Amino acid sequence: MTLTSAVDAAYLVAALLFLGALAGLSRHESARRGNLLGITGMALALVASVVLAVSTAERGALATLLLIAAAMSVGAVVGIWRARVVAMTGMPELVAILHSFVGVAAVLVGINTFLGEGYAGAAGVSQRIEIAAGVLIGAVTFTGSVVAWAKLSARMRSAPLVLPRRHLLNLVVVLASLAMSVWFVVTPSLPPLLVLALLALVLGAHLVASIGGGDMPVVVSMLNSYSGWAAAAAGFMLGNDLLIITGALVGSSGAILSWIMCKAMNRSFVSVIAGGFGADPVPGAGDDEEAGTHREVGAEGVAEMLRQARSVVITPGYGMAVAHAQHPVARLVERLGELGADVRFGIHPVAGRLPGHMNVLLAEARVPYDVVLGMDEINGDLASTDVVLVIGANDTVNPAAIEQPGSPIAGMPVLHVWEARDVVVFKRSMATGYAGVQNPLFFRDNTQMIFGDAKAKVEEILAALSP
Amino acid sequence: MLIGIPCEPREAQAIVAATPATVTALRKQGHEVLVERGAGERASCPDVAYAEAGARLADRAEVLAADLVLQVDAPATEQLDAMRRGGAVASLMAPARTPELLDALAAHGVTGLAMDAVPRLSRAQSLDVLSSMANLAGYRAVIEAAHDYGGMLAGQVTAAGTTPPATVFVVGAGVAGLAAIGAAQSLGAQVRAFDVRPEVAEQVESMGATFVSLEVEVGGGRSDGYAGELTEDAERATQELYAQEAMTADIVITTALIPGRPAPRLIDAGTVAAMRLGSVVVDLAAANGGNVEGTVADERVVTDGGVTLLGWTDLAGRMPAQASQLFGTNMVNLVTLLAADADADAGAAADVDAAADAGLPLVLDLDDQVLRAMTVAHDGEVLWPPPQVAVSAAPAPAPDRGGAAGEPAARHTPEDLVRDPRRRRAVVLTLAVLAAVGAAFAPDELRMHLTVFALAVIAGYYVISHVTHALHTPLMSVTNAISGIICVGAILQVGSSSTWVTALALVGITVASINIFGGFTVTHRMLGMFRRAES
Repeated sequence: MTLTSAVDAAYLVAALLFLGALAGLSRHESARRGNLLGITGMALALVASVVLAVSTAERGALATLLLIAAAMSVGAVVGIWRARVVAMTGMPELVAILHSFVGVAAVLVGINTFLGEGYAGAAGVSQRIEIAAGVLIGAVTFTGSVVAWAKLSARMRSAPLVLPRRHLLNLVVVLASLAMSVWFVVTPSLPPLLVLALLALVLGAHLVASIGGGDMPVVVSMLNSYSGWAAAAAGFMLGNDLLIITGALVGSSGAILSWIMCKAMNRSFVSVIAGGFGADPVPGAGDDEEAGTHREVGAEGVAEMLRQARSVVITPGYGMAVAHAQHPVARLVERLGELGADVRFGIHPVAGRLPGHMNVLLAEARVPYDVVLGMDEINGDLASTDVVLVIGANDTVNPAAIEQPGSPIAGMPVLHVWEARDVVVFKRSMATGYAGVQNPLFFRDNTQMIFGDAKAKVEEILAALSP
Repeated sequence: MLIGIPCEPREAQAIVAATPATVTALRKQGHEVLVERGAGERASCPDVAYAEAGARLADRAEVLAADLVLQVDAPATEQLDAMRRGGAVASLMAPARTPELLDALAAHGVTGLAMDAVPRLSRAQSLDVLSSMANLAGYRAVIEAAHDYGGMLAGQVTAAGTTPPATVFVVGAGVAGLAAIGAAQSLGAQVRAFDVRPEVAEQVESMGATFVSLEVEVGGGRSDGYAGELTEDAERATQELYAQEAMTADIVITTALIPGRPAPRLIDAGTVAAMRLGSVVVDLAAANGGNVEGTVADERVVTDGGVTLLGWTDLAGRMPAQASQLFGTNMVNLVTLLAADADADAGAAADVDAAADAGLPLVLDLDDQVLRAMTVAHDGEVLWPPPQVAVSAAPAPAPDRGGAAGEPAARHTPEDLVRDPRRRRAVVLTLAVLAAVGAAFAPDELRMHLTVFALAVIAGYYVISHVTHALHTPLMSVTNAISGIICVGAILQVGSSSTWVTALALVGITVASINIFGGFTVTHRMLGMFRRAES
């Protein structure tokens, strides 16, 4: 057994552990074990790589070891610190920025591979293609994730950026990147590679900038997928199977998640990544827009309604996350349970800015996960529900999706909250949601609006309900 | 529209198709309601209450001549004679078993709307009387069983000794089964339940019962969300399970029904004979032949072994006030659907009333899946059976899988995302050809890597397909952490003799480590928050 074969064996075990980690994450019961398997696999792979790197180092073994240890501990400290302090409402931002790191690493590894072997002329045609692909995907992931992070953390306007002829622009950049790749493959040199990286950086930023905040669940899972493909591309250029396997696992996982998200919004995947759901002119927004009068209700009124209710369904949306209302909402659920009501949550698959975002927030507030139901599970029960509380959700409860064939969100599956006896909508103002579509729900006879900060309002209701 | 509520054709039927509350709802929609005198008496709905709600009390002949007659049980032929040509009647009809009724409807030119033929679409749930009645029947089954069972269902520890809780075994986790589980559970019994559809285990467990699982894979089912019949192997295995569970149970409640067929025989006389003295069996399928050998419809039978077999078929009717309210609400929803569809169908005869006044048949939108499935006769023609409606929520790609009188399981898997199988096949084929061509021209090493890559993509696809929605965020952060594996690439480059390469590699290691450590830590934190209810 040589050192290389031992390292390869360790890589194989690590790959299997990663597979086990993903499988474990599919159910609540085994999720923690899945995470542990992932950590074990990672530790094994890193130790094996460090051993291999130190033993094959062209400079001093000790120096190499120290350099690696130093870089890694800086990363570890920063990573653990951020992960510990992040608020659960800030999860989407954290995930987005983490994706960008994989992108950067892929670009650096790509350039390094070329610097290490390219000048020596050792890199073959296929390896040069792999380098170009790795740099391209990595750079797109990097800027795309940074822009997504900026949008999610409100450092950038979340409305889609609409440049004139943006599709043409994208096409030109893609073609230019391809040209650079060909140039690089034919005559390997640094300039085309750097220009390629630059073009890809622009492409990534523009792609995500032209997608509205409402589509961020898809974008984040798509970037997750890209980060996987970037790792796989790095694996190809280094001839490292572990990287290929892991990258492929992550890549296909992210792709499936985006697909599920798109399905939940009844949107085509291509149209989301090409940008422009929120950006397309809303047909009839001006003339036949459904408007009307809405009824307003105060916290006292809602409390009275809840006191009488036997069954209550809460449908949260991004607004709950923004207002950090999950803790008072959890206490409200507890209080209503004491009053004898049956309280459940109805979660739309794309509620929030990250797949499963609402579940994470409710879990943080210690809401038991068996009362948290998905859209399909709850929709049939809404007609027999007394009160539905819509907390910071808008497009996901919009009846226009079903009733107005001309609506931009027509055909998107939504929560049928209007079938309940009473609906209470918590909202900051009468503004439209991310899709920019008016919501006829607000003008229904059985709907009442409660305006203001969701957290403050829920707390007022709690106070009114307390014994 | 003029809506008539007659007295029920069967003396024993205590449920009525409209209550004062639902009459109010019908009046609000602008319909006129005629109620036959005494129609709601047994459901605690006196005539005066109907009159107060805005209905007009009338004699039978006038009620039957209405545009739409709502009732619980199927009309007898004499009743059809009294109805007007072009009128309509909505009731339970069991269309698969009563061809003569369908012929009679067609011959009389009466439109028949079978409430028990409502497809199991989520849109149609509001008119699904089978579901609302099954809910009541399941609850009542436990009450009846508790009455005949000679003991408390809850266990107690007292100064006078300890009594163990009763064990209740429920077969079939459809609406009735789940309701029975809930009722038995709240009386304090130990509840065990079984269904041939393993996917309902979660629903059973959510009600607090123990799901009894079967070792072998059970096939056999239908795509419409209802139960199917089982294959032979599965049949044998389930038989053994039923026998074993029944013998240790104090109360057995069976709810297995397959629409349009006799009820499946689940428990044979031998098993009944082996059951404990004093135990009780409630057979909710008694009307269709029974799940248990020896039950007689509408009778209480005590076997030689001292086992009580209850074959009540009127369980929901034993709670007539509530049953009528639920049934009536389903009927209101039907009327709403009829009116909405007629309005939408503006091209033809937009105004239902005008059509009715002219003595024309009821305006029916037969393009509406729900109405099409329910309409068994219209305009002199028998329209049963309707074209097959596949319930969108049924797990389509897996070869059929069904269960006991159950609700469709609603799940999304990536498999049903690719809707058109032909397009899917074309895409797969194209990719395969491209991959083959690419691989053929690639160097050996690359070809090996491509193989690994392709297999890993497929493995990832299958592993991820089963992740529950609630875990998408932790999944994403874990995949994020493991994509930090790119760190390995950077680590291997640190030792290079070029300072540039080393420097870039170090930056790579740093950022990738942020990913690794941050991703795993945050996942760990999140998973720590998920918890199940204390129970």
